[in-house]
Amino acid sequence: MYVYDELDRTLLAERVREFADQVRRRLSGELSEDEFKLLRLMNGVYLQLHAYMLRIAIPYGTLSSEQMRMLAHVARHYDRDYGHFTTRQNIQFNWIELAELPAAMADLARAGLHAMQTSGNCVRNITTDQWAGVAPDEIEDPRIYAEILRQHSTMHPEFSFLPRKFKIALTACAHDRAAIKVHDIGLRLHRNGAGDTGFEVIVGGGLGRTPFIGKTIKPFLPERDLLSYVEAILRVYNQYGRRDNIYKARIKILVHELGAEAFAREVEAEWVSMRAGALALDPAAIAEIARRFRVPAYERLADDPAGIAEARSSNPAFAAWFGNSVARHKVPGYAIVTLSLKPTSGPPGDATAAQMDAIADLAERFSFAEIRVGHEQNLVLPHVAQRDLPALWRALDAIGVATPNIGLASDIIACPGLDYCSLANTRSIPVAQELSRRFRDPALSRNLGRLHINISGCINACGHHHVGHIGILGVEKNGEEFYQITIGGRADEHAELGALIGPAVPYAEVADVVEDVVAAYVELRERPDEIFVDTVHRVGVEPFRERVYATR
Amino acid sequence: MRLVERGEIVEDRFLPIIADAPVPERGPVIVPAARLIADAETFARRADPTGVVWPNNRRVNELAPYLDRLALVALVFPSFRDGRAYSQARQLRENHRFRGQLRATGQILRDQFVFLLRAGFDAFEVSKDADARVFVDVLGRYSVFYQPTADGRQTALRARLRGAGVDRASAGVQEADR
Repeated sequence: MYVYDELDRTLLAERVREFADQVRRRLSGELSEDEFKLLRLMNGVYLQLHAYMLRIAIPYGTLSSEQMRMLAHVARHYDRDYGHFTTRQNIQFNWIELAELPAAMADLARAGLHAMQTSGNCVRNITTDQWAGVAPDEIEDPRIYAEILRQHSTMHPEFSFLPRKFKIALTACAHDRAAIKVHDIGLRLHRNGAGDTGFEVIVGGGLGRTPFIGKTIKPFLPERDLLSYVEAILRVYNQYGRRDNIYKARIKILVHELGAEAFAREVEAEWVSMRAGALALDPAAIAEIARRFRVPAYERLADDPAGIAEARSSNPAFAAWFGNSVARHKVPGYAIVTLSLKPTSGPPGDATAAQMDAIADLAERFSFAEIRVGHEQNLVLPHVAQRDLPALWRALDAIGVATPNIGLASDIIACPGLDYCSLANTRSIPVAQELSRRFRDPALSRNLGRLHINISGCINACGHHHVGHIGILGVEKNGEEFYQITIGGRADEHAELGALIGPAVPYAEVADVVEDVVAAYVELRERPDEIFVDTVHRVGVEPFRERVYATR
Repeated sequence: MRLVERGEIVEDRFLPIIADAPVPERGPVIVPAARLIADAETFARRADPTGVVWPNNRRVNELAPYLDRLALVALVFPSFRDGRAYSQARQLRENHRFRGQLRATGQILRDQFVFLLRAGFDAFEVSKDADARVFVDVLGRYSVFYQPTADGRQTALRARLRGAGVDRASAGVQEADR
């Protein structure tokens, strides 16, 4: 992973000192709450229903064991012994005292962690594939470009007061695990006919109350132009994005109102003046960033060691986990292991301080001290020797993160909802918990196959309900919690927004309706391996509506 | 409100002209954008410096024909959360090579100073006296910069490529990045 040098560490320390001054001015009344609000948001501090919430950046979802232990320390000392991993590959703590925030941030900075730009109207945490650098089918390691973008967007003097937040994601695989088409800017690394590396540039995707799939404005951008082109997009957005209405301020609205072609022309006009300037990425600049990524000293091993076949045949629980949570690695003899933060009845994405410490130890023992966070709110150990899988599995199972449900019905993405969030209309977590109980039987969920259920407690769509195979959106009706159900959404390379299947249903019926939707799928699928979202694509919403709402 | 130039609180030598008020024959003045454009010839003939207040929703390209005769452009932050003028400032400095005073007006807090300076501003109408007084201290808050801008501060990347490391960066060595 990327190793911070003295310059990166100096900047972090400087930012911590600045924030301490801002907190001091707020506490002394020098700053009004309105003035302070923007400054605290730029440091990841939200005011929620019950307390301040601190969101810590995990750049492109990569953590060292040392950093994971620091998160455990913050959970223990400043919070209530747990943290919540988010869809932005970050972590948030829900119960921090304002006066203790500077101390918590100083602790985090010791491990190279910070909360910069995890909120506010600036470029947020850059995200990428949680399998970056280890996926067998990757073109190049997208983390290098994610790190270049992280540095470029950190305290940017022009783009720290944008009309609204701005999210950038990258992928370097044909199969998109980073949901790039629902980002403000999505970048797909690929090679052109001449074999040069570059990016397809997609803009204006996003969820929230006005969801859009992003549009390609440049099919191939040479890698040397990455920063100048991104800066040109941001400059057009900074100047012409709407500031009169917070709900129309994202770049997707500007792209929609101007049209993608006209927007692209504005970007090109800006780009001309900056393309040849200091932002051009020469090979030496890229190499300088790349060389700061520590590459694990892999052993020379063969795939499929004998012990694994034996363990799979003798231990069905191990076999189930192996079949579900272990993926091929680009280096022979190694595997990518996903840790489920979705136990039956658990709030999706939560981990306790004890679990974090244990995972940090296991990463040290089995994964070159590296951990990843995926946007599905699970963790990944990216470099596990296959021969170690049985031992690792026992250890993961002992701390409750080996539920074999990755990509299955109970691997639910959910926002914090009304249990924490001051924007929410309804609860999300209890809905996720109930659904995790309905789909707890491993044989049942294996039979259902890949199925993404996403839950948002309000129209802001933090649970990405529009792109869930089954999307659940909480709405308030006369003071009561109701939920709209959509089907057919997806966030991958075939990204699509889900379609509403019928009238909203009350809280008590949500899980029943979802079970009925799933039963309809089993009836409608052509063959057992046609996954849910493909069946919806083939037959449309109507047959689902007929079956689910026939008796409602 | 306090005007800060070159790190010090100074008296404003420019006289602001509101809307259609008469312009004195002598002395530096700042006029509204509409006035400058309507009366370009008159202002071009003035012996003393003229400046303009340019709104943040108007393209700076429109200002280009007048730039070589302007001593000052004041850009507006109606609220410190409205960052349009940062882009205008960089366009004026980096694309149009404007060399006169670039003044930040509106709601200006200490927390913007570093951003403003990096974007090309060199004069600041600071909203709170306490912030104006600590201007120089606040600029010293940061010694590491990731982005190249026209202020010429060395970026972290260039420092690394030159093997300069943190010592030179924190000593405030400023090498042109473009």
